[in-house]
Amino acid sequence: MAALVVVMAVQRDLFAIVVLGSIYSFLMASALVALDAVDVAMTEASVGAGISTVLLLGALHLTRGAAAARPQRLLAPLAVSVCVAAALVYGTLGLPAFSDPQAAIHTHVVPRYLNDSLRETGVPNVVTAVLASYRGYDTFGETTVVFTAGAGVIALLRRSRRREGGESA
Amino acid sequence: MTGDLILRVISKLLMPFMLMFALYVQFHGDFGPGGGFQAGVIAAAMVIFYAIVFGLPATRRLLPDRLVETMIGLGVLVYAGVGIAGLLLGGNFLDYFVLDHDPVHGQHRGIFWVEIGVAITVSGVMLKVFYMFAGRKLDEPDQ
Repeated sequence: MAALVVVMAVQRDLFAIVVLGSIYSFLMASALVALDAVDVAMTEASVGAGISTVLLLGALHLTRGAAAARPQRLLAPLAVSVCVAAALVYGTLGLPAFSDPQAAIHTHVVPRYLNDSLRETGVPNVVTAVLASYRGYDTFGETTVVFTAGAGVIALLRRSRRREGGESA
Repeated sequence: MTGDLILRVISKLLMPFMLMFALYVQFHGDFGPGGGFQAGVIAAAMVIFYAIVFGLPATRRLLPDRLVETMIGLGVLVYAGVGIAGLLLGGNFLDYFVLDHDPVHGQHRGIFWVEIGVAITVSGVMLKVFYMFAGRKLDEPDQ
C-alpha cells in the first residue's frame, strides 16, 4: 500500500491516479478484513473502490481535466506534510496499545454491548445492534447527512444546468 | 459499449446475483456482516453497472428520476417514522421496545425498519449523484 501511495504521488496522469486509488481501496478493504472489521471492509470495497471510482471517472470525463504542472517549489509543502505527519505519529503514541483489553474504550460500555446485546436486542451481530439500536440517534443523523449531501448535489448540478438554458427534466 | 454482446449477456446473468447479494446483506445484517448502508450501496452499484452497459436512457426508463428522488426522502422518513411510532406507542423517540409485546421482538422490528430506511436513502442518493454526473455527460456534446 505504501508503494501504491508513492506511485500515486509521482504519477501525473489523472486517470491512472483514479484507478490506483481504486486499487488502494481494495487493499484497504483486505486490510480491514484482516482486522476483523468486515462491515467496514464491505463499505470500503463498495463505496471506495466501486462507486467513488465511477464518479471520479465521470468527473474526469466531464472536465477533461489534466493535472496541474509540477509545482516548482517543493520544499515548503514537503516541510508542512512532514510536520503534520510527525504531529500525527506523536499523537498515536498517546493511544493505548492495539487490542489492549484495559484501554479506556473497552472498560466503559463495550462489556455491556458484548455481553447483553444478544439478550436485549435479539440481534447476534453486535455491530448491527450498536448501530441501529444503542446508537440509533447517531445512525439517524448519518442518514440525514446522506440525505442532505444528496440534496446538495441535486441543488448544485441542477442550477448550473438551468443556467446553461438546457433544462429538460 | 451497448453493442457488445458478451458484455450484455454476462452482465444480465450477473445482475440477479448482485441484487440477491444486496438483499442478503440487507436482511442478513442481523446475523452476519452488513446492514442498510452496505446493501444500499451494492444495490446502487448494480444499477450503475446496468447504466454503464446499457446506457443511461434505458436506466432512466427502468428507474425514473422522480422515483430515485422520492427514495432519497422516503428513507429518512421511514427512519423518522420508526422513531415517531415509538413515541406514539408510549416510548421515547427511537425506542424500539414498545413496538411489540415482547421487547426483544420490538427491537427486531425497529432495527429491521431502520435498516430499510438507511438502505433506501443511501441507494437513492448514490443513484441520483450518478445520474447527475452521467446526465451532464449526455447533454454536453450539443452545446
